[in-house]
Amino acid sequence: MTYDAPRLLACGDTAFTIEFGERIEAPCSARVLALDAALAARALPGIRETVPTYRSLTVHLDPLLAVPAELGRLVLALAGEPLAAVATPRLWRVPVVYGGAFGIDLEAVAAHHGLAPEAVIERHSAPEYRVAMIGFLPGYAYLEGLDPGLALSRRPSPRPVTPAGTISIGGAQALVASIAAPSGWHLLGRTPERTFVPERDPVFLLRPGDRVRFVPTPAARWDALAAAAEAGEPVAELCQG
Amino acid sequence: MSAHLRLARLAGAASIQDGGRHGYLRYGLSASGPMDPLAFAAANRLVGNPADAAALEFGLAGARLRAESGAVRLALAGAPSGMRLDGEPVAAHRSLVLPDGAELTIERPREGVFAYLAVSGGFAVRSVMGSRALHQRAALGGLDGRALREGDRLPLTASPTGGTDVCLDPVPLQRTAPIRVVLGPQDDLFSETGLATFLHETFTVSNRADRMGYQLDGPAIAHGPGGFNIVSDATVAGSVQVPGSGRPIVLLADRQTTGGYPKIATVISADLRRIAQRRPGEPVRFEAIDLATATRLAREEAARIAALGAQLKPVESETERLMAANLAGAAVDALGTED
Repeated sequence: MTYDAPRLLACGDTAFTIEFGERIEAPCSARVLALDAALAARALPGIRETVPTYRSLTVHLDPLLAVPAELGRLVLALAGEPLAAVATPRLWRVPVVYGGAFGIDLEAVAAHHGLAPEAVIERHSAPEYRVAMIGFLPGYAYLEGLDPGLALSRRPSPRPVTPAGTISIGGAQALVASIAAPSGWHLLGRTPERTFVPERDPVFLLRPGDRVRFVPTPAARWDALAAAAEAGEPVAELCQG
Repeated sequence: MSAHLRLARLAGAASIQDGGRHGYLRYGLSASGPMDPLAFAAANRLVGNPADAAALEFGLAGARLRAESGAVRLALAGAPSGMRLDGEPVAAHRSLVLPDGAELTIERPREGVFAYLAVSGGFAVRSVMGSRALHQRAALGGLDGRALREGDRLPLTASPTGGTDVCLDPVPLQRTAPIRVVLGPQDDLFSETGLATFLHETFTVSNRADRMGYQLDGPAIAHGPGGFNIVSDATVAGSVQVPGSGRPIVLLADRQTTGGYPKIATVISADLRRIAQRRPGEPVRFEAIDLATATRLAREEAARIAALGAQLKPVESETERLMAANLAGAAVDALGTED
């Protein structure tokens, strides 16, 4: 649930967190992003970086320029005000090859929910998601908006390696993974798009607040799309407005 | 042949670090940078560099470096390590010139974990996203996005001999003093017993300790009735997260930027280097302090780093002092004691 009033949480002398709720919910995420935007517009002295997550905004500060308790109270007051919702003009249409070697858990997820694999693909690609948080590893985009009918707790034991571009679900969360890493989530598919390329401008394709739609793509197109992505061409389509 | 230093031998962990890659936390990338910022800054100041120039970080490592392309001015600071220049003992915490063709042997530290080797002008690896610091999980920065290996050729700037022979008093490692924390952000998710365990028991650094974080062994810290799964939120350097096992993990320079375990407390920024310098098996006790004190200590630590430049002394006076005392060995042995 989203709290009636946001809470100020201590994170040592270099940060504090403003927490809006304890669950993954669209209104909570929207308030986090609204506060993030409001702080960016105000440029308060001493703030170094802000990190929006599903339910909170962490503010990193320079302890030479700001005192966490004072700056925290100021930001908490701002968080309690009715803030304008952030306009999110950026919508990404991200190609995903589902199932088979690309999404080795698709069939198991379908069986668990008593659905056909095609129905899981349909339900996973139907919503318009929002990037609520980028974290854990560089470019790992955590989405809000998963169909509750697909929610499924994590695997009992994580896999030591899952490939770059993995599209997965864990609990009520949906994820676009950037680089190869261990994961205990359920792998539904893969995108050839590269969401994190250090030598590219922008380095990170997705930003907190961006909207995302998954476009089911035939496996036969993987090689061509992967080659295009390798050559630096975008394979996700950016739609504004 | 462009200027470089050869890492002829390496046993242990080593990477190139600088002041860190800042501004990308919201994209999931932690800053990296030195595990002991004060020792790192000292090594750089000794060779006339800005405090945040790219230098080598050794983690419980021994190494041999060879000047292959001309003389190089360098200095070692941090965890006390024996050093020899072509077999002759030389002191750390002083700047010296490694002549062309000469070899510098750095022994595994006697105490502590991290030692820093700075060269005049810094290491000339490519800057990636504004920093030369290695972030190993992301394969970013450092030498080709990886940790250093035996045989590596470490690129230097064109004139790596700038500066003069100077020395600094070594920084004590404080290997037994309590690590100071500010409780929160999720201390309310722990039982009273759990909080008491955290604040009154002694933990030890486990073998699962690296630049991402140190897992501690010791009594399990009990969570409250709400359990130990939270919706992931952001971490900071020093976050003490407690997973279901009850064994705390202190998150450090290369940490994951978000996590789903409750964080009982945050190590104050001034004490990050003090926990970083503790080895597996060494004790860790925590002491809760208030935020105002933590801010004062952060400012004192920044002042300590800023003052290094003014504390540089000519090497002659240091040599005379050691000669007069005739206790060079004893002075070296005292490096690890409490201040």
